[in-house]
Amino acid sequence: MEGIYLDHASSMPVDLRVIDFAKPFLAEAGNPSSLYEFGQTSKQAIEEARSKVAELINAESEKTIVFTGSATEANNIGIRGTALRNIKEGKEVLASTIEHISVINPMKDLIKNGWSFNQVPVDKFGIVDLDSLKKMITKNTVVTSVMYANNEIGTIEPIKKISEIVHKNGKYLHVDATAAAGRIPIDVQNDEIDLLTLSSNDLYGPRGAGALYIKPGVKVQSVMPGGGQERGLRSGTENIFAIASMGEAARIAKQEMENESERLKKIRDSLISEINKIDEAYLTGHPTQRLPHHASFRFNFIEGESILLNMDMYGIQIATGSACSSKTLEASHVLLAIGLKHEEAHGSMVVTLGRSNNLEQVPKIVKSVEETVQRLRQLSPLSKLR
Amino acid sequence: MPVYSKKVMDHFTNPRNVGVIENPDGFGKVGNPVCGDLMEMYIKVENDIITDIKFKTFGCGSAIATSSMVTELAIGKTIDEALEITRNDVADELDGLPPQKMHCSNLAADALHATIEEYKRRNNKK
Repeated sequence: MEGIYLDHASSMPVDLRVIDFAKPFLAEAGNPSSLYEFGQTSKQAIEEARSKVAELINAESEKTIVFTGSATEANNIGIRGTALRNIKEGKEVLASTIEHISVINPMKDLIKNGWSFNQVPVDKFGIVDLDSLKKMITKNTVVTSVMYANNEIGTIEPIKKISEIVHKNGKYLHVDATAAAGRIPIDVQNDEIDLLTLSSNDLYGPRGAGALYIKPGVKVQSVMPGGGQERGLRSGTENIFAIASMGEAARIAKQEMENESERLKKIRDSLISEINKIDEAYLTGHPTQRLPHHASFRFNFIEGESILLNMDMYGIQIATGSACSSKTLEASHVLLAIGLKHEEAHGSMVVTLGRSNNLEQVPKIVKSVEETVQRLRQLSPLSKLR
Repeated sequence: MPVYSKKVMDHFTNPRNVGVIENPDGFGKVGNPVCGDLMEMYIKVENDIITDIKFKTFGCGSAIATSSMVTELAIGKTIDEALEITRNDVADELDGLPPQKMHCSNLAADALHATIEEYKRRNNKK
């Protein structure tokens, strides 16, 4: 049975072209801090990767990019490092209610150091409420964090407008672009973004690298002291293979994004229109302001982990925001933030498309979803189906 | 994401005794949709023996599998024997459940007990 992988938001296969490109750096020695020649080759590889990543987001220069071990690290440095370095400006941080846990938890951590942390609500589509944002930002708000697009519901945020509000009233805007980068064009200069997080794996690079863009002039301090690599912000010997791969993945993403996104959009729209026909099935997130590879739904009367397990029986891998599939056994904070009740949030299904998907797969996916929903509703005491 | 045993997946894939019994001798309901698990159970009893049992469950893989398993364990037993079936018995029969599922989705024994208690109340048994 040929499988259909539809969970690219949680993990992506690595592009073989990327591995081919960076393979030499995996096997060979060469510390970028060493002055002999092949140490310097490693250094050049990192600098080349820096340029490629900078180009993906139209950064001012390659110097704005700091490589990290993951998007979580980039979020921590971007939020805690910026807040603590600029503590004289105030002691407030702000984030939307649908941020990734690796944004929310560093902000919560600042509370221990006497900071105040507030969250800006979103509407039923997951768009940040701009009036609330205006009211909640004060001159003491050092870091405001809003994601470029949400990984669970696919909604793209009006970052340019958010940036204007943040800079009018507060200080720095951090943007987690993990879900959006490589899918939609990002221009940090046009959007006037101060700090932006990227992940290697979400660009078809290997796990083990992330990046933080820091706008020239924005001051950030280390949150993990050590040997001073990456401008002192991410100490520890560089993972050259992962970094070189991330650079190459960013280059390919920039080159292929337009065509690939158009292709995925057709698959996405076909899935949305077919799955929406199922009785009491609803799209979650924004109907038009959404990522080109993202289709997310909820179904009344059934539970998401069961949907996931049942779809896996058809060889199709999806994700869910159901409490029952999480470590904490709590329903997705994103689905609750867009106003869903707990019992509604339990029945969610998230489809994230990638290069292995095509339009020919749509009928099989739709049929599998229909049969899954039908079967689980037959089991469910909440459904009228007998 | 929990890792389920083959037996759990078998009972999730092919759950036994799904459905409702019209005019049951006992009916029970535990859990609620807010926390993600809801089970309804029906029994037929003749001479104190459970002769038929059916369930409907809203919930995760282990909620469905434990419901199915408890009906298999209970059918043919006397109501007193069935009352002795514990949550752990159900989990053991399924070759175990992931630790985080032991308390939240292992409601099937509770559903069985609630169903038998309701049967007893109808028949004025203590």
